[in-house]
Amino acid sequence: MVKNALAKGYLALIVTLLYIPILLIIVFSFFNTGTFSFAKGFSLNSYALIFTSSKTPQLMGALKNTFLIAIISSVLATVMGAFASIGIFNLKRKTKRIVENVNQLPIINSEIVMAVSLMIFFVTFSFPEGYVRLILAHISFCTPYVILSIMPKLAQMDKNIYEAALDLGATPFKALTKVLFPIITPGIISGFAMSFTISLDDFIITQINKGTGTGIETLSTFIYSDARVKGLEPFWFAVFSIIFVVVLATLLIINMRKVKSEQKLLTKGR
Amino acid sequence: MIAKLKAFQFKRRTFSYPYIIFMFIFIVLPLVLILMNAFLVDGKLSLGNLIKFFAEGASISALSDSLMVGLLATFLCLLLGYPVAYFLNKINAGKLVVLLFILPMWVNFLIRTLATKAIFVSLGIRLGMGTVVFGMVYNYLPFMILPIHTTISNIDKSYIEASQDLGADNINAFVKVVLPLSIPGIISGITMVFIPTISTFAISQLLSDGKIYLFGDSIDTKFNMGLYGVGSVMSLIMLLVVLASNYLMSKFYPEQEGRAMW
Repeated sequence: MVKNALAKGYLALIVTLLYIPILLIIVFSFFNTGTFSFAKGFSLNSYALIFTSSKTPQLMGALKNTFLIAIISSVLATVMGAFASIGIFNLKRKTKRIVENVNQLPIINSEIVMAVSLMIFFVTFSFPEGYVRLILAHISFCTPYVILSIMPKLAQMDKNIYEAALDLGATPFKALTKVLFPIITPGIISGFAMSFTISLDDFIITQINKGTGTGIETLSTFIYSDARVKGLEPFWFAVFSIIFVVVLATLLIINMRKVKSEQKLLTKGR
Repeated sequence: MIAKLKAFQFKRRTFSYPYIIFMFIFIVLPLVLILMNAFLVDGKLSLGNLIKFFAEGASISALSDSLMVGLLATFLCLLLGYPVAYFLNKINAGKLVVLLFILPMWVNFLIRTLATKAIFVSLGIRLGMGTVVFGMVYNYLPFMILPIHTTISNIDKSYIEASQDLGADNINAFVKVVLPLSIPGIISGITMVFIPTISTFAISQLLSDGKIYLFGDSIDTKFNMGLYGVGSVMSLIMLLVVLASNYLMSKFYPEQEGRAMW
């Protein structure tokens, strides 16, 4: 019993350490400060500054770019990844292995190497600077995740189902849309969600490939360029708090639902 | 019928061709370009960039700083993270509790780093090696906890009971049964912390006020200064480290063999 208390105490300590910076930022976002002081008293000024600061246009532009790039690249990565998965699954064994290994490269590779290699590539073949480079880069590191989340669904699938559809007179196209796609849909959805988040979250590859002349910033590169030298202005406390709450709440809700539905399955099974 | 099926098998395979071409262009070709930039000088094969890298004081100090920060941060993550993973199993923590330890990973690392930096600055703590190591541990601790927790929770409980039946006390059961069986998790945790620590970009710059440049930062600096050759050599070194550790991991996880590189 004492031992369990000790274990719980240690776990609580580590959780506290992990969340202290997050909590401090959230608390002080209500005190209009850039330096963690209560001097100015409770106010929502930091939040108002998101919309009224001199940096508002840049911030909104960065926000727009972040979502634009994330939506376009994750949609394209999902479409390409879904078709590619079906194709790769049906490749000959040896080819399949090679393709899967190359597909694994962007996932295991360190981001900085991926970023500079793409940069050299874009410069060498003079791709147009800006959105084109960024979206292509994002597609190339998102698609592997889409494929990785679809492949297990294909592997679990009973191969006979597809052939049964053909035997029952379905055209290959119909078998594809009515049999294959419904089976891999959960994988497609989680692959899309994953690439959307990874794209939103990306900093290193975007920072190195955005180009200096274009002035394109995403949220993370704008944070970096603005807060690197001068530290955090009050409105960043508000922005960070909003991001913390949105990210943490979304993940908690998704996972709580998962746990609940698993529990339901368990009780039903009994 | 069989002929038709074969024809379509071929068609289904063709779905992969566009992506294979895309992969070749955007994943393989860039890495080939890195290789060419590293070893081709004026169209001739040369080790000049490699020699330049080793002759330069700044890159060597980046390398030694990286190793130091990387080893220290990895060690601390293991020291702090292993008990977390172990205790989570011991008290049979539910999924949501485990999730609590993983969640911070999903908030952009730049935001978390800037938040810790702001706290250090307001506390008057001098930015330097200490704060960089703290930042790395703070950022990558979840990467250590997760794989170790997974391996420990997969250990068959009857092994532990058997050792206790055979007279082992709690400490012995841990040292002789749980610890050895959790080594795959430890190895994968170590790589998942060490590689990003030395290769990440921005964290060390931010948390040391630009005093400490790790390998990832130096690669970026080299390319910013237009020194593509040396930068490419450094990227290749990084890539080799990644591939080597991945190979090591695949040795410990034979069941994932198909997924690992080489």
